[in-house]
Amino acid sequence: MARPLLFTGALLVDPASGRSGPGAVLVRDGTIADVAWGHVPAAPEGAETISCGGHVLAPGLVDMRAFVGEPGAEHRETLKSAGEAAAAGGVTTLISMPDTNPVVDDPAIVDYLLRRAADTSLVHIHPAAAITRRLAGREMTELGLLQEAGAVAFTDGAAAIADAGVMRRALTYAGDLGALLMPHLAEPSLVGRGVMNEGELASRLGLAGIPREAETVMLERDLRLVRLTGARYHAAMISCADSVEIIRRAKQDGLAVTCGVSVNNLALNENDVGHYRTFCKLSPPLRHEDDRQAVIAGLAEGVIDVVVSDHNPQDVETKRLPFAEAADGAVGIETLLSASLRLVADGHLSLPGLLRALSWRPAEILALPMGRLAPGAPADLVLFDPDEPYVLDKRALRSRSKNSPFDEARLAGRVRRTVVAGRIVHDLDAVAPARAA
Amino acid sequence: MPRPVFPHRHLLGIEGLPRQDLEVLLDQADEAVEVSRQVEKKKATLRGRTLINLFFEPSTRTQASFELAGKRLGADVMNMSVAASSVKKGETLIDTAATLNAMRPDIIVVRHQEAGAVHLLARKVDCSVVNAGDGAHEHPTQALLDALTIRRNRGAIEGLTVAICGDILHSRVARSNIILLQTLGARVRVIGPSTLMPAGIARFGVEVFTDMRAGLAGADIVMMLRLQRERMNGSFVPSVKEYFRYYGLDSEKLAAASAGALVMHPGPMNRGVEISSEVADGAQSLIREQVEMGVAVRMAVLEALAGHLPNG
Repeated sequence: MARPLLFTGALLVDPASGRSGPGAVLVRDGTIADVAWGHVPAAPEGAETISCGGHVLAPGLVDMRAFVGEPGAEHRETLKSAGEAAAAGGVTTLISMPDTNPVVDDPAIVDYLLRRAADTSLVHIHPAAAITRRLAGREMTELGLLQEAGAVAFTDGAAAIADAGVMRRALTYAGDLGALLMPHLAEPSLVGRGVMNEGELASRLGLAGIPREAETVMLERDLRLVRLTGARYHAAMISCADSVEIIRRAKQDGLAVTCGVSVNNLALNENDVGHYRTFCKLSPPLRHEDDRQAVIAGLAEGVIDVVVSDHNPQDVETKRLPFAEAADGAVGIETLLSASLRLVADGHLSLPGLLRALSWRPAEILALPMGRLAPGAPADLVLFDPDEPYVLDKRALRSRSKNSPFDEARLAGRVRRTVVAGRIVHDLDAVAPARAA
Repeated sequence: MPRPVFPHRHLLGIEGLPRQDLEVLLDQADEAVEVSRQVEKKKATLRGRTLINLFFEPSTRTQASFELAGKRLGADVMNMSVAASSVKKGETLIDTAATLNAMRPDIIVVRHQEAGAVHLLARKVDCSVVNAGDGAHEHPTQALLDALTIRRNRGAIEGLTVAICGDILHSRVARSNIILLQTLGARVRVIGPSTLMPAGIARFGVEVFTDMRAGLAGADIVMMLRLQRERMNGSFVPSVKEYFRYYGLDSEKLAAASAGALVMHPGPMNRGVEISSEVADGAQSLIREQVEMGVAVRMAVLEALAGHLPNG
């Protein structure tokens, strides 16, 4: 077993309680043994003391939406490289999407992923399994057996379930199992050939638009079906003002619904597409600035529960193309924290409020024990300096793919150390020692 | 006074070009018209230079127009038609660009079915690039030839009311023309069913009409657009018959425009769909003259870019 770790001189933030203040954390046997608010406990024998220099120590991030690429697209990302990227970004748990080859629609593949992740990944990886076989939107997968095998939730990943009858039955059946469905919202017949947010900008660029209604029509439909079936439902990502209102009403009505937002929709808007930047071709698309402001407000109010990276590694063959022909998606797991911290720097959110959406809330929705700074919780921690500025160089990303919309962007908030189950899995000082004067 | 020059290496679109740059090209095109009307039509501006016509989307007319323009300026012209079906999409565009670049052309003229593709290609080559149409984005030489045609017939563009009619949604010609005509001081209207209007079109600074007669009232220029066959049968409009009834330009609807209003069409026309033969071949039609102006404008553009070629 690893040596006990004592983190001293930290600014502790516990998103579960909302409490923050100076203190120390003792980690032993992969678990948080003690959280000392305002004082320093004595270091047990053999413990390694880590002086935090006043930086923030918080539960590691739980990213509910990451595409990995293994099995089937290992040239884009493996469980190992995704784990390294996650560790560097302070993400200690990630939920992998089922859009692999083969698709995660069979309990054996869930089992394979869990074993492979345990062998190769620095962070916890929990697979989400498909709702429908081959993500085709027709026949239900073995939701029960997949759940038994270790699938923490169900989604068709980047595919939307167009058939309302299929969705109804999946919700009904999942309800019996207490399983969580977290679908992607993009009504295919309204997306059509659309490739970016519908509006003046798409029209000027000559690109077909994706209307907000591609999201809201499907969200409204699903919430009607949730009312009918009583199933647990998590809208994977919403991107526009109307969706925030729809979720708000559903929550007021007492439905068991939650929702997420991609960090890209919080930090960027459609103008970032600029002159056909394919790294900003995403689903849901980057929306108008008014929508960005609305999802930020929705997050601040708690209407939106969770921030996800929507990490989606793509390479040159799928991105160095005319915009409409390029694949959707951006890598984001390494920049999830930094990009989200822009909201804190801009005064939209408190730091505990943000971290709640990045760790405690997703863990709670997934019924995982992480996301708390409390004795007995798993020792998954991130130590970061929220103010340390840097310019992102995509070549320095650990991910095998470099399709970051934040390349060359000014960010703040470097992750100094990441701890998973009591082991240090990322140490910035060890990775990049300070240059000698 | 030194003659003003066109200060760009590429012509990728009309957007972003100030009035002066557009007028430089139009003035140069006026001279090219004179050259083209002589018995001896050859100039030596591009002698020894190589022009490649790279067409990912077939277009006999535009390709022929660029070819003739290049030849009249003395360039060696090579035509490359890359049939969309034989293209393994995407990477081929970049590969093709790299391959052609290695052949050291001086100017590449590109048409591609996707918006932004010409910009992508322009970043990967060392020579000048002319956009001959990219998806529903821009078709700058078409807008320039339309402007030249109007200017030569009406003396100026400033103050005219131009109505652009039909499939605005899918039209790169409409986008380039809206920007160019507004830059030169025209009032622009767009007319068509709302299913064929781009989102946010009113924010382009145009007046939007779904009633053709209302839109044509007082118009000095009526610019018709081609409606693609696959969009006629219930997907965007119910039928050819209904479309022609409401949006086809016939002499009766044309009567709603200003007396002597001029009629234009970028071609190729669908007679009986967006325009009647009577109007297309009538006294108010400039459609044939547009073709002539097309060669002149493309000569002007190639000459303008030639000024930026190395060792030029």
